[in-house]
Amino acid sequence: MSLNKEGLLRAYRQMKTIREFEDRTHVEIMNGQIAGFTHLYTGQEANAVGVCEHLDDEDTIISTHRGHGHCIAKGADVIGMMAELFGSSEGLCKGKGGSMHVADVEKGILGANGIVAGGPPISVGAALAAKIRDNGRVAISFSGDGSVNQGTCFEAMNLAVVLKVPAVFVIENNYYSEHTNIDYAVGCDDLKARTEGFGFPVFVADGSDFFSVYEAAAKAIAHAREGTGPAGIFAEQGRFHGHFVGDPEHYRADGEINDLRENACCLKNFRARMAETGELSEAELDAVDSEVMALIEEAVSGAKAAARPTPEQVTEDVYINYGAA
Amino acid sequence: MAEKTMRDAINEALHQAMAADESVFVIGEDVAGCNGSPSGKVGEVGGVFGVTSGLYKAFGPNRCIDTPISESAIVGAAAGAALVGMRPVAEIMFADFIGVCMDQIVNQMGKFRYMFGGKSKCPAVIRFASGGGFSAAGQHSQAMYQVMTSFPGLKVVVPSNAYDAKGLLLQAIQDDDPVLFFEPKVLYQEACEVPDEMYTIPFGEAAFVREGDDCTVVAFGQMVPRAAQAIDALEAEGISCDLIDPRTTSPLDTDAILESVEATGRLVVVDEAPPRCGLTADIAGLAADRAFKSLKGPIKQVSAPHSPTPFSPELEAAYIPDAAKIMAAIKETMA
Ligand SMILES: Cc1ncc(C[n+]2csc(CCOP(=O)(O)OP(=O)(O)O)c2C)c(N)n1
Repeated sequence: MSLNKEGLLRAYRQMKTIREFEDRTHVEIMNGQIAGFTHLYTGQEANAVGVCEHLDDEDTIISTHRGHGHCIAKGADVIGMMAELFGSSEGLCKGKGGSMHVADVEKGILGANGIVAGGPPISVGAALAAKIRDNGRVAISFSGDGSVNQGTCFEAMNLAVVLKVPAVFVIENNYYSEHTNIDYAVGCDDLKARTEGFGFPVFVADGSDFFSVYEAAAKAIAHAREGTGPAGIFAEQGRFHGHFVGDPEHYRADGEINDLRENACCLKNFRARMAETGELSEAELDAVDSEVMALIEEAVSGAKAAARPTPEQVTEDVYINYGAA
Repeated sequence: MAEKTMRDAINEALHQAMAADESVFVIGEDVAGCNGSPSGKVGEVGGVFGVTSGLYKAFGPNRCIDTPISESAIVGAAAGAALVGMRPVAEIMFADFIGVCMDQIVNQMGKFRYMFGGKSKCPAVIRFASGGGFSAAGQHSQAMYQVMTSFPGLKVVVPSNAYDAKGLLLQAIQDDDPVLFFEPKVLYQEACEVPDEMYTIPFGEAAFVREGDDCTVVAFGQMVPRAAQAIDALEAEGISCDLIDPRTTSPLDTDAILESVEATGRLVVVDEAPPRCGLTADIAGLAADRAFKSLKGPIKQVSAPHSPTPFSPELEAAYIPDAAKIMAAIKETMA
C-alpha cells in the first residue's frame, strides 16, 4: 500500500496537528484556561489518522471521551475545536459540549462521547443507513479497550453482523481503562479472538506506526464497503498522558512513559521511515511542523479572544422546535 | 469533634461498616485501582473521587472489588449478592451512567421484594457522584435522584453535608431495602464536624437547617448550602425562613414540610435538576394539595431550566440555581 507525496504530507500534518493540539491543551488547562474533564490523546495519533485517511466527509466516525484526535483526523475545524474547549459560544458546539462532546456532523463526526461504549450502537445505525441507501459509505466507531467489556459494545457488534452493515469497530488498546489494566479487566487471554467470535474479521495494528494502522484500516474498511458485514481493527498503543489531566498515574510502571515517548512515538517513527525511504525530506517535514505550530497558536489566541456565551444561550438548541411555546 | 470533609466522612463510614459486618463489600470501577497494572500498586486509587480509598488495603480483594466498565453487571451483581444475604455497596462513578444500568436498578433490584410477594429483601446500596458544578457537560453533571425518586421500591438519599453523609450511609448499609445514594460531587471537599464513632440517621426525617417564620424553603443536596446563603443574606432585610433539607427523597418527610408550610404560609422549593416532573413540582403539588388554605403567597419553584447541563463555565453558572435566584424567589412569594 503506497501513499503519494501529498498523502504522506497530509498524514504527517494530521498527526502533528493532534500532537500539538493536545500538548497545548495540556498547557492551557494547567494555566486554568480550560474547565471540566479533559482526556488527552497524545501518543495515539496514528490510530485516528491511519483510519480517517481512508474516509471522506460522507463516511462517519463516532468518537470517545478521548476524542480530540479522532475529530481532527476526520477534518474538524481545529480553531473551532479549541474555542469549544475554552467554552466559547464561537466553539464548534457553541460551548455546550466541551472536550467530551466535540461534534461536526457535516464532516461526518457524530460526536465525541462521554459514555464509555455509547458510540458503537450509534455507529451501527449510521452503517445501517449506508446499507439502506446503498451508497458505499462506512461508519467507524472508535472505542477503548475498556469499552469492549460493556454490554452495549457486544450488542452493537452482534447487531452489525446480523444486519450485515458496513460498520468498522476500531478498538484502541492503550492498556488502561482509567486506573485499571486490561489484563485485569478482560477475562480471556485473547481479546482479538473474543471479538472475532462475533463473526467478523479483526485486523491488528501497531498504533505507534502510521503505516501499520493505515494498512489494517485499508483491509477492514474494504471489507465493510464490500457489503458483507462489519470488520474490526485492534490498534495497540499506550497514551503519553494520564487518563485525564491531573491523573497521578499510580498505575504506571517506572519509566513507562519515557519508554513510550522514546520508542513508540508515531511522529518519530514516521520521520525515521521517511529518512529511510527518502519519500519526504526533513525540510519538508519541518515545514509542516511550523505550519502546525502557527495553526495551534492561531487557535489558542482565537479561543482566548472569542465571545463568551450569555446566560440566555443556556436554553437555546434544546429542541429545533417545541410546538406552541 | 473533628472536622471532616464529605469525602472523608463517607470513607470512614465505609471502613467502619466493613469492619463491623463481614457481609458488607464494595464493588465498582476503580474502587481499588491499579489492578493488573505494571506498577503493582493495587488499591492506590480508591475511586475517581478517592471516596473508597484505603478499603482495598484494609479488606483485600474479596471485599473491595474492581470491575471492568460494565455498569449493568455491577448493579446486577450487587442486587444478586444482596438477594442472597450480602450487603454490597456498589459504586457507579457518575450518576449519569444510570442510563447504562437502568434496567438492573429499576426493573430488577427495585421490584424484587414486591414482585416476590414480600418474601425477599435486597439490602444493596448504590453510590453515585451526582450533580453539576465541574463543567463536566451533559453526560457527567446530572442529578438523577429526582428521576429515581419516582420508582417505588427504591430508597433515595441525597446528603448535603459530611455529618449527614456518614449517618445516612451507615443507615443505608444496614437498611434492608435497595438504597440509591447520591453524593453531590461539588460537596466532597466541604467539611463540618463529624463524630468518629458510628451513628445512623433514619430515613424520612428531614433536617431543619434554619428556622424562621416568614417562608419555608425546601432544598436538596448542593442546593442546601446555597439556600442557607440566600436565607442568611435575607436576615438583614428582616426576613426569616425555615430551611428544610429532606435528606431522603424517598421516603420523603412530608410531615416536616407541611407543618412548616402551615406555620409560615409560604413555600419555595429548590433543586438543581430540570423542572419538569421533578422534585420541586412534586413538593409544590404536595403543598397545594394538603396545605392550600395556609398559603399566603404563590409557591415558587427554583430549578435548572429545561435543558441539558451545558459545558461552558458561564453557562453552567447560569444553569444551576444560585443564592441570588433563591433570594429572588423568596422575595416574590413574600411580595
Ligand atoms: C458508562 C461509563 N462508565 C464509566 C465511565 C467513566 N470512564 C470514563 S473513561 C473510562 C475509561 C475508558 O477506558 P477505555 O475505554 O480503555 O478508553 P481510554 O480512556 O483508555 O482511552 C471510564 C471508566 C464513563 N464515562 N461511562
